[in-house]
Amino acid sequence: MDLYQELILEHSKRPHHAGLREPFDAEVHHINPTCGDEVTLRVDVSGTGADAVVTDVSYEAQGCSISVASSSVLAEEVIGHPVVEALETFEAMRAMLTSRGQVAGDETVIGDGVAFAGVSKYPARVKCALLGWTAFTDALARAGVDITSTSSASPQGVSS
Amino acid sequence: MTDVLPFTDGELAAIRGDFPILTRTVRDGRPLVYLDSGATSHKPTQVLDAERAFYEQHNAAVHRGAHQLAEEATDDFEAARATVASFIGAPADEVVFTKNATEAINLVAYAFSNAAPTDDPKDERFVLRPGDEILVTEMEHHANLVPWQELARRTGATLRWVPVAADGALDLTGLDDLLTERTKVFAFTHVSNVLGTVNPVAELAERAHAVGALVVVDACQSVPHLAVDVATLGADFVAFSGHKMYGPMGVGVLWGRGELLEVMPPFLTGGSMIELVTMERSTYAPAPQKFEAGVPNAAQAVALAAAVRWVEALGIERIHAHEAALVDLLQRGLAERPWVRVVGPPLGTPRGGAVAFVVDGVHAHDVGQVLDDAGVAVRVGHHCAWPLHRVLGATATTRASFAVHNTVAEVEALLAALDRVPVVFGLHTEREAS
Repeated sequence: MDLYQELILEHSKRPHHAGLREPFDAEVHHINPTCGDEVTLRVDVSGTGADAVVTDVSYEAQGCSISVASSSVLAEEVIGHPVVEALETFEAMRAMLTSRGQVAGDETVIGDGVAFAGVSKYPARVKCALLGWTAFTDALARAGVDITSTSSASPQGVSS
Repeated sequence: MTDVLPFTDGELAAIRGDFPILTRTVRDGRPLVYLDSGATSHKPTQVLDAERAFYEQHNAAVHRGAHQLAEEATDDFEAARATVASFIGAPADEVVFTKNATEAINLVAYAFSNAAPTDDPKDERFVLRPGDEILVTEMEHHANLVPWQELARRTGATLRWVPVAADGALDLTGLDDLLTERTKVFAFTHVSNVLGTVNPVAELAERAHAVGALVVVDACQSVPHLAVDVATLGADFVAFSGHKMYGPMGVGVLWGRGELLEVMPPFLTGGSMIELVTMERSTYAPAPQKFEAGVPNAAQAVALAAAVRWVEALGIERIHAHEAALVDLLQRGLAERPWVRVVGPPLGTPRGGAVAFVVDGVHAHDVGQVLDDAGVAVRVGHHCAWPLHRVLGATATTRASFAVHNTVAEVEALLAALDRVPVVFGLHTEREAS
């Protein structure tokens, strides 16, 4: 079973940058209606336009190992990085996760995110892995960042 | 209850042989251990054949046309109604075919708002006004909660609910304050799809009727698993789905007391459900046609009747005893694993065909994934009962739910796969209990 890479289990047990911190420019609360997983996520951005930098991402994630680990890797990969780069990482993650196993993921772009490559073979779990990332892009938008260069639509969840 | 004979190995093999899907494998060649019949059951060949035979030999729009196929299709459809009605102890004209149980409940909920005060005289029992109350319970499936929330919103009535106690039963201590002359409708489940709790329908219905409230029962998790007789159940409306009782998807049932169906306003309107139509207005056909607008799901109704006959041939009491033994076995197995917490009534309490549980420190999605890797199909999540999961203090649970084709070996397969969960997730627990 290639879903639960050691890296994912490590991140889920000890999520990096967890907890909600000040200061922040926007806070969002996202839910996966399939299973009730929740993430509250804050972003703090400095600078504007092409110079904008993600100075902090803090979060409280309640959910499965995939969704918690995903938020942890997200924070790891975007904190301290330019917003433009963070959005590229998001796009690369999304492309990999929605590829049904066709896209392996580029470690130079998504770092520890490559550990989630196996998730893309399990369509029911893709939303778990994207929960934190879609919350992140939503928070950026609410913080006034133009994210229109990316499309933040998430795959259709199955709720009931 | 009289003693019922357990299925012999030969009988169980024959039962399993009726389900083509049980011969397939999943996840790299593993036999399918299907423990998700509470979500939807598999379909025996007899049901699939019945649906196909309808289309191959009799296909026509029922209750229309004077040609022979239309006659045959209508006869088959109405015979299916009689079969399903007889199965639940009802006269045929008290059974309405719907798309599913959700639509059946919405049909009743919309009857109330369609009867909201207007120019026409309406039966007061179906009129809701601000100040009136709708009572539900905290253990409801969303299908028996959201339609009532919406009805409250449309009419200005107030939604109230009976809480769930720690043991998974309804907490009835405050029922006298919840169920009053203001209550117009009390909607609750017969058997919880998560807890397995069997609610005392007759007692609750009696108390509801004493204050003049109508009683709507969600029987999705009871009709496939235990004998349900609407004549003695005490409810006014009973909704259940076909696809959870070996029938096809796309057909559900609403049973209603004849005198209520007669005065209840329609939900969906259009063809088939009319008596007389002019450009200005229409009058409606008698029930059940009044509630079956448009060309009905005749092929699915016919297949559902085949499912009923298949169940009746086995005997619902024997099915129930077989499933209850598996539920008991699973509960005992889980009780031996201190890192598992079963929700719902304690061991020995009568239960439906579902057992939901929490593994300490591991999210249900992850539990389900490990089980799936072993070919064991369970449901994970909140099972469309999110408010109940808040009460349980669990984001999500893992649910095994049974059907008549399940076996002791499959319960053992589930438990063996479950023992991999602490290994995969590196939990240090004493899991060596025998």
